[in-house]
Amino acid sequence: MATEVLAGKTLELDADGHLANRADWNESVAAAIASQEGIPLLTDRHWAVIKYMRAEFEKNGQAPSIRKLTKESGVDTKELYALFPKGPAKKAAKIGGLPKPVGCI
Amino acid sequence: MSTNSEEPITKVSIVVSHGSLEGVYPGLIMANGARMEGMEASLFFTFFGLDAIMEKRMDKLKVATVGNPGMHMPTILGALPGMSAFATGMMHKEMEKIDIPPVREFLEMIHDAGGEIYACKASVDMFHLSKKDFCPQVKDIISVGQFYEKSAGGQIIFT
Repeated sequence: MATEVLAGKTLELDADGHLANRADWNESVAAAIASQEGIPLLTDRHWAVIKYMRAEFEKNGQAPSIRKLTKESGVDTKELYALFPKGPAKKAAKIGGLPKPVGCI
Repeated sequence: MSTNSEEPITKVSIVVSHGSLEGVYPGLIMANGARMEGMEASLFFTFFGLDAIMEKRMDKLKVATVGNPGMHMPTILGALPGMSAFATGMMHKEMEKIDIPPVREFLEMIHDAGGEIYACKASVDMFHLSKKDFCPQVKDIISVGQFYEKSAGGQIIFT
């Protein structure tokens, strides 16, 4: 399994390059992944999305759909794509230390 | 074989040519999915596909219960009054369960996600329509030539 040093820790990654162990995640790890993904600074609005996704994953064992996310997180579709350009659900999941989302919507 | 066959797809142009519910959704799901993956996506509605972007019709699309072997019912049953409405209701219910939005909301979502939505000029002329017949998310009415120009460098998918 691939590993990577992020925020001073050696972390295991899954086949998609997401964190393999959710226990490894913390806010500095999130910031380090975000900067790799081209988001130099995580704002409150980014955190609203990331925290909502983590809470949903905790509850349901999977990442929410974009539709559910935009209805419930308070961040609408336009803002979501502006916050996480090039694939919001995937990027937010990666930064949040969650596996790649499997849903189609 | 092309040597760059494994280069990631970065842009898709999806043509929607059917106006039945099952004819419209695959294109919408593919366009939205493309944006979710960070690809450029545009939708081009042509012929009866225009129903999906027409203010008067987009909320009333139906599942075809006649001439649709996928329904697994005898044609004569599919032709009974109310059968199409029944099948449409069932499909809406199942789609809502897996979080697939109704057509109008889906088009808003794709539009807000940066996807572009176009109507085909030849079909618009044939059905005597104009821009005001369409939902506000429709960016323009374009010719097939313009469609190819806009699709440059991407993949074209016909549904």
